[in-house]
Amino acid sequence: MRAQRHAAMERERAEVEEHREKAPQLRRRRRRRRREGLTRRVRSNLLQPPSAEEFAAGAAKGSQHLADNRLKTTKYTLLSFLPKNLFEQFHRLANVYFVFIALLNFVPAVNAFQPGLALAPVLFILAVTAFKDLWEDYSRHLSDHEINHLGCLVYSREEKRYMNRYWKELHVGDFVRLRCNEIIPADVLLLSSSNPDGLCHIETANLDGETNLKRRQVVRGFSEVVSEFNPLMFTSIIECEKPNNDLTKFRGCIIHENGEKAALHKENLLLRGCTIRNTEAVVGIVIYAGHETKALLNNNGPRYKRSQLERQMNCDVLWCVFILVCMSLISAIGHGLWVWRYQEKKSLFDVPESDGKALSPILAAVYSFLTMIIVLQVLIPISLYVSIEIVKVCQVYFINQDIELYDEETDSQLQCRALNITEDLGQIQYIFSDKTGTLTENKMVFRKCTVSGIEYSHDANTQRLAMYQEADSEEEEVVPRSASLSLHSSIGGHQSMRVPHRVQSTRSHRRTGSWAEAKRANVLSRHTAFSSPMEKDIIPDPKLFEKVSKCDQYLATARHQEHLLTQLPPELSDVFDFFIALTICNTVLVTSPDQPRQKVSVQLELKSPVKTIEDFLRRFTPSRLALGCSSIGNLPTSRSANKSDSNFMSSLSSDSALLQLEQRLGPPGPDVTGNGIRSQAAASWALGCQEERELRYEAESPDEAALVYAARAYNCALVDRLPDQVCVELPHLGRLTFELLHTLSFDSIRKRMSVVIRHPLTDEINVYTKGADSAVMDLLIPCTSDDARGRHQKKIQSRTQKYLNLYAVEGLRTLCIAKRVLSKEEYACWLQRHMEAESSLDNREELLFQSALRLETNLHLLGATGIEDRLQEGVPETIAKLRQAGLQIWVLTGDKQETAVNIAYACKLLDQDEEVITFNAESQEACAALLNQCLQYVQSRDSGSTPEKISGNVSETFSPLCQLSVPPTSGPRPSLVIDGRSLAYALEKSLEDKFLFLAKQCRSVLCCRSTPLQKSMMVKLVRSKLKAMTLAIGDGANDVSMLQVADVGVGIAGQEGMQVVMASDFAVPRFRYLERLLIVHGHWCYSRIANMVLYFFYKNTMFVGLLFWFQFYCGFSASAMIDQWYLIFFNLLFSSLPQLVTGVLDKDVPAHVLLAEPQLYKSGQNREEYRPRAFWINMADATFQSLVCFFIPYWAYFDSDADMFTWGTPITTVALLTFLLHLSIETKTWTWFNWIACGFSILLFFIVALIYNASCATCYPPSNPYWTMQTLMGDPVFYLTCFIAPVAALLPRLFFKALQGTLCPTQLHLGRQLAKRYPKKPNTPKDAFVQEQLPVEPRNSSSSQALCQNDDPQTSASLEEVPVQENPSVVSANMLPKTLPSQEYSLLEGLNSQAPGSSTPKEVAQDVCTQDPKIKQTSAVGAAPLPSIFKLPNLSSLNWISSLSLVSELGSVLQFSQSTSQVDKENGEFRPRPSQPTEDLKSLREQTAKSV
Amino acid sequence: MIWSATSRGVHQPDNTAFTQQRLPAWQPLLSASIVLPLFFCVGLAFIGLGLGLYYSSNGIKELEYDYTGNPGTGNCSVCAAAGQGRAPPPSCSCTWYFSLPELFQGPVFLYYELSNFYQNNRRYSVSRDDEQLSGLQSALRHPTNECAPYQRTATGLPIAPCGAIANSLFNDSFSLWHQRRPGGPYVEVPLDRTSIAWWTDYHVKFRNPPLVNGSLALAFQGTAPPPNWHRPVYQLSPDPNNTGFINQDFVVWMRTAALPTFRKLYARIRQGNYSAGLPRGSYFVNITYNYPVSSFGGHKLIIFSSISWMGGKNPFLGIAYLVVGSVCILMGFVMLVVYIRYQDQNEEDEEE
Repeated sequence: MRAQRHAAMERERAEVEEHREKAPQLRRRRRRRRREGLTRRVRSNLLQPPSAEEFAAGAAKGSQHLADNRLKTTKYTLLSFLPKNLFEQFHRLANVYFVFIALLNFVPAVNAFQPGLALAPVLFILAVTAFKDLWEDYSRHLSDHEINHLGCLVYSREEKRYMNRYWKELHVGDFVRLRCNEIIPADVLLLSSSNPDGLCHIETANLDGETNLKRRQVVRGFSEVVSEFNPLMFTSIIECEKPNNDLTKFRGCIIHENGEKAALHKENLLLRGCTIRNTEAVVGIVIYAGHETKALLNNNGPRYKRSQLERQMNCDVLWCVFILVCMSLISAIGHGLWVWRYQEKKSLFDVPESDGKALSPILAAVYSFLTMIIVLQVLIPISLYVSIEIVKVCQVYFINQDIELYDEETDSQLQCRALNITEDLGQIQYIFSDKTGTLTENKMVFRKCTVSGIEYSHDANTQRLAMYQEADSEEEEVVPRSASLSLHSSIGGHQSMRVPHRVQSTRSHRRTGSWAEAKRANVLSRHTAFSSPMEKDIIPDPKLFEKVSKCDQYLATARHQEHLLTQLPPELSDVFDFFIALTICNTVLVTSPDQPRQKVSVQLELKSPVKTIEDFLRRFTPSRLALGCSSIGNLPTSRSANKSDSNFMSSLSSDSALLQLEQRLGPPGPDVTGNGIRSQAAASWALGCQEERELRYEAESPDEAALVYAARAYNCALVDRLPDQVCVELPHLGRLTFELLHTLSFDSIRKRMSVVIRHPLTDEINVYTKGADSAVMDLLIPCTSDDARGRHQKKIQSRTQKYLNLYAVEGLRTLCIAKRVLSKEEYACWLQRHMEAESSLDNREELLFQSALRLETNLHLLGATGIEDRLQEGVPETIAKLRQAGLQIWVLTGDKQETAVNIAYACKLLDQDEEVITFNAESQEACAALLNQCLQYVQSRDSGSTPEKISGNVSETFSPLCQLSVPPTSGPRPSLVIDGRSLAYALEKSLEDKFLFLAKQCRSVLCCRSTPLQKSMMVKLVRSKLKAMTLAIGDGANDVSMLQVADVGVGIAGQEGMQVVMASDFAVPRFRYLERLLIVHGHWCYSRIANMVLYFFYKNTMFVGLLFWFQFYCGFSASAMIDQWYLIFFNLLFSSLPQLVTGVLDKDVPAHVLLAEPQLYKSGQNREEYRPRAFWINMADATFQSLVCFFIPYWAYFDSDADMFTWGTPITTVALLTFLLHLSIETKTWTWFNWIACGFSILLFFIVALIYNASCATCYPPSNPYWTMQTLMGDPVFYLTCFIAPVAALLPRLFFKALQGTLCPTQLHLGRQLAKRYPKKPNTPKDAFVQEQLPVEPRNSSSSQALCQNDDPQTSASLEEVPVQENPSVVSANMLPKTLPSQEYSLLEGLNSQAPGSSTPKEVAQDVCTQDPKIKQTSAVGAAPLPSIFKLPNLSSLNWISSLSLVSELGSVLQFSQSTSQVDKENGEFRPRPSQPTEDLKSLREQTAKSV
Repeated sequence: MIWSATSRGVHQPDNTAFTQQRLPAWQPLLSASIVLPLFFCVGLAFIGLGLGLYYSSNGIKELEYDYTGNPGTGNCSVCAAAGQGRAPPPSCSCTWYFSLPELFQGPVFLYYELSNFYQNNRRYSVSRDDEQLSGLQSALRHPTNECAPYQRTATGLPIAPCGAIANSLFNDSFSLWHQRRPGGPYVEVPLDRTSIAWWTDYHVKFRNPPLVNGSLALAFQGTAPPPNWHRPVYQLSPDPNNTGFINQDFVVWMRTAALPTFRKLYARIRQGNYSAGLPRGSYFVNITYNYPVSSFGGHKLIIFSSISWMGGKNPFLGIAYLVVGSVCILMGFVMLVVYIRYQDQNEEDEEE
């Protein structure tokens, strides 16, 4: 499996490269095509002459520019491999440099080594790379081969039937027949489908990762053909765009033989790589094949960003080059002087030129310069780049392998798509986050709604969600809870599908908890997205439920009367319409598990949407209306069954339903009866349903599904959706079939969608519109305040607006539902123009847009819904941690300000007791003024003078959140909330500096209603102006640009598809993994690479230093006392392994300490490990060490008969030992790998030296080290030198390191000490230590510690805030775990140990009890509540509590209790912030601060 | 439908110590308390070792004489002056008288030392043909280009041995005479000059070309000696085992020295009455002065040296060990102070 995955990855990369490779080719091709025109003409291949050769020739002639379907992602052929690969490798400057040096060595006058030997390392590096490339290319070839040889059915002219062919044999113009679950081999125009509606469903998971089904339509004109499609009869010509990579667009037209044209759009196109679902078979014609398919054109794999550290490193490499040149120059000048001096004197050792003439000093200097460059080439190490690449690959491997970054729910792990910026993760300063889907789950849950101005608060539903919240956090709870049981088994009518017993069984399997449920949901979601029970099981509001049933009943009895709906009270009619709109105003598909779906079409005439005016007129004649009405129930049996059932239901009456609801809310235990009745009812309902099946809704967006599930909870269930009709099932009315005339799908500009239907009861044409409140509220019918009705409407509108605002304040996503009744004339008029728009070839989109605008006006407001987008697990904790780590978190969202602010509060991005500057400007000038005001304020605040209040241009709907009245303290910095419009002004050139300055001052920045472009502009601005490292995280296509601009782009591989993953550098399953990714892996990667790079520079400088000092004793003649072999292989062989091992495995601070003390992350942000100073200190140390390592052997062998290599070899050995010892000073973690690597290095050196020195007496001119090592090893001086020199060389370093570690330890030192003192106890860092040694965030420990003693009153205070009276059961459920006897712990321990995460509650508890007597005392003072809080197994905070230091644990528990109070508060009425408990908290804090 | 918690996802990473980076590890913390004992231990060990080395080096006797012949430095100045500006210098000999008050403990080694002689000069040190020296026929006839300009003579004859190193062969010779009793006759002290080269050099690296008709001279026919040589290579010594390329003096000379001041072994004194060393008495060394060094400011020395287990006299290592050891101890004390103060602070902190 892994191999496969790997192969897939490889392949992706390959394709990218291939793509890049192909670019010029494509351009060429494109140019050619432009000459041929902008469109492509495709005709059937079957029209070609029949003979095979001619066919081939014709194909070649006719479609010579059209790619065939063969996939070729390989770069090389056998012949082209060597030249091409070498050519590519020489694009790297470093390679050219090394080859240049190696070639220089071939010039006799300047050569330093045996020429062949000097080539060896370069060849080695080139060969390794070439081999890697070859292997990759081969695996690419294998997978290409596999794909090319997949089979599919292609129509053969000769055989007159579909034949099995390979994918690669497909050509443009071929007809293919695809069966269910088959993968589409090329971009195919859908011409026929087995589905009688001419529909086909495809799953695009391979393309964009979205698992929901997409609908595709047969080309208009072919769907009418009743008999089977015959390719031979296909004579039309298809004209379409040239191949492009836009997945969302396809334009073209099909020209029939009679000259008729029909437009083609993306709904007709089946894209390569998708899978046919739910449809038995389809036939289509290939229009783009092979590399011209959209899927392949779209493949932009990982980008190659260069990391910050690498840029710095390159700069230092340049310094090294400079040093190298300097050394060579000094040497050259010295040699010139030397030659000049000794030449005169006829020295015996002076060698004239080969022709016997004296060598001129200048020429000698030039030679010496070049030879020195060869000899000192080690300074720019050939192995540096290779080593860094290896280390990064290993780091990526370890990040991938981290089990704590593995998400069990989705069975996905972190993906690193960019291989070379791992260390950037450790240096991030700013995080830009998307909100929806990133901070939140993007799992939409219906929470509340308001219909015609009346709010339905759905308390029970809220409580149910709270239960989920708890269930989520508790994970493993054994004790069955009757309260939750009754709740779960008694949810609305749709629960009928669930046998209560099963519910019970799953509940009693709580050991696997909601996690298992989520997992199961995930498995199910292979077929249906968005279908966790949390989203499905909605408890209806009793009042509204009653109204709906009343409506239903009324309509059922009076269905054949005239003016049916007008007789209803307007409110009820609104309620009814509201639910109808919820049910049908969407694109939700209904599927059942038994696919492919085979639907028996009752009426062929009603098959397709209205196509022509004639069609429209024909269909809307009165005679047909009756027919339409009679088609409501399709099966008489089911109808009668429904009837009997509805009788049963009505006998139960809404009263009983209410009763049950009340019972449900009652104390747990005695509600068996209610439950029983309900399940009985449910069972009978289930029996009554003939086509009883589990309905699954597949929606394009989770909001839609949430609304449909909500409607289903009110027994208004969507049961079937066809292109032309929607069936809704109501308990009394039975199945209503709405004729679907048009669907104006959602787009982000209109921010709404509409359906046009013909109402089966009233026979009116209705438009239901659903959209963002800002988009819908402006389109409402203007109501005069003259008549009562208008006033009423106005009142409803203002009320709805009020509720909408409240919903937004609660962090809910709001949608407005509106309706418009069209007269037939209006409709006909609109339809006429719409048809024109639809069939127009040019700017079709724009025309359609305008057409939609014409339809969606004068709407009648029905109501609004509030959907909750739940916060992802662990988001507040992660944000808190990242904050502590010194990261600035800015949220950039497209959501409304109110929603965004509330989510921000919920995820602790904004704090109750901190100031929020709300920045809403209406114009450029206002923005400038406001900006100045804010800046003044912030500055005055900093300087400590009294602040002037800002009462900026705050939007009128949103004042309570703007608390600027908080007195200036040294406390937290303010936060900034800005909306999209103001942002646009603020990002103007003139203001951006000011704005940035303001934003920099703020603790967090929240940008609402921002467009993707603004998001990326923000990131770009911060990156370029603040010179900060930025990380962008997002999950949707709208975040792609932001991700690409940022230094590091992190994609959330979530529900919104793969597009963002493709654009990201790292893809995480959830937001919370960011914490570990940055704080642990980022830090590690940074410190590893930084240390390794520094070590590299040190090593090479030191080594080259040795050679350089020797020049002073050899007349600067560029001779080397270190043998050429050692010189060349030293970096490559002898000293490379230990540093690689350290670079890969070293952990300066263990993970648990890093997580517990996130401020350690700041070392990376401040580039503490690798800054210019560190580089130069390192270089100085290297110089010192090389001096020591040179002069100790120098003096030890001075005045002796040692020859060059008997003296040079000890120096080499000393250097090697010094390197290893130096490395061991720098290594913080010694695993057996390190020991082995060091031992191996030394051994390898000696073995190679011994073999080399014994192998051949004459083979290695110019050096001749025969038997040197062997002799040396019998010489005690050798050992004595090797012993003292490294020690002397490293003494200062060790001394200063040790002093530093004791006197002025850095944060990292302290972290290590912490780890040492408390090994593998993640949660027991001593509080005293934390306070004194680590300068923690000001607001972290002291205040919260002081507070923890006052914990008791605080907890009770927050509980008092809960509106208890309404829902005692929920409160008790909330309280339940607190009363757990402590014996339960033995069970909990076992379970929790299975849970992912570094710690378990057991440890927390233990630590509290045993580790620290101080805390024990505290808990004694705090009496009961404190230990009880620690025993709460279902606190969501428990997991992260344990990873915090104990002090902050207490603080966070407090914060949690605060947040519970908020959650509970939402059940009751909304109260303006700041809420009571917060003020209590503040006063308490003040008190305790005083007392301390 | 039981979803067991143990079921593993397809993509779940392996939970091994390696992949999770949880390998058992030793995590040393560099701080005063840990380094302290290390410094003291190393310091003490080094001082001990240093003392031992120092004394053993001090036990070595050395006797050296600069016979370069700078004006007014003994009778070699005559030879030096005579050789000035004349090439080849005329045969000249000078003597160095010295007396030993006590026994010069053996085994005694006789070295000559050259200073300011850059044998490690790059173009000089590569100017040789190892293949030729290993007796390869082809290389004998066709010396490598590295030897240029001492590759061939002006007439085109290959030079054997070729190259600058061979050309500059040291050709002074010494003989040692001992007067047992004052006024007594001077007896020549036998100098053992047989195994002064490395065994591997003499036996493996340097080989004469195969004899032609049993004659080395014929084997070298068709080659010319290096320009500075007065006699061909096969006449370096009358001893057939010490002539040609395997002449020990030649072999020693060809091992190029690492530093511009170097000594090379000339002979050992270990034969006959002198196996225990040089006994008390007067001595003189007769020096055949051929080798010109004064032109480039070089010096020639003659050195008698005894030897210990660690080789020749070299006080440096002992001193170095002592110094480093002392520095270690010093640093150790600094550490100790730091440690004690820090400890106090720490305790205070904990008391707070």
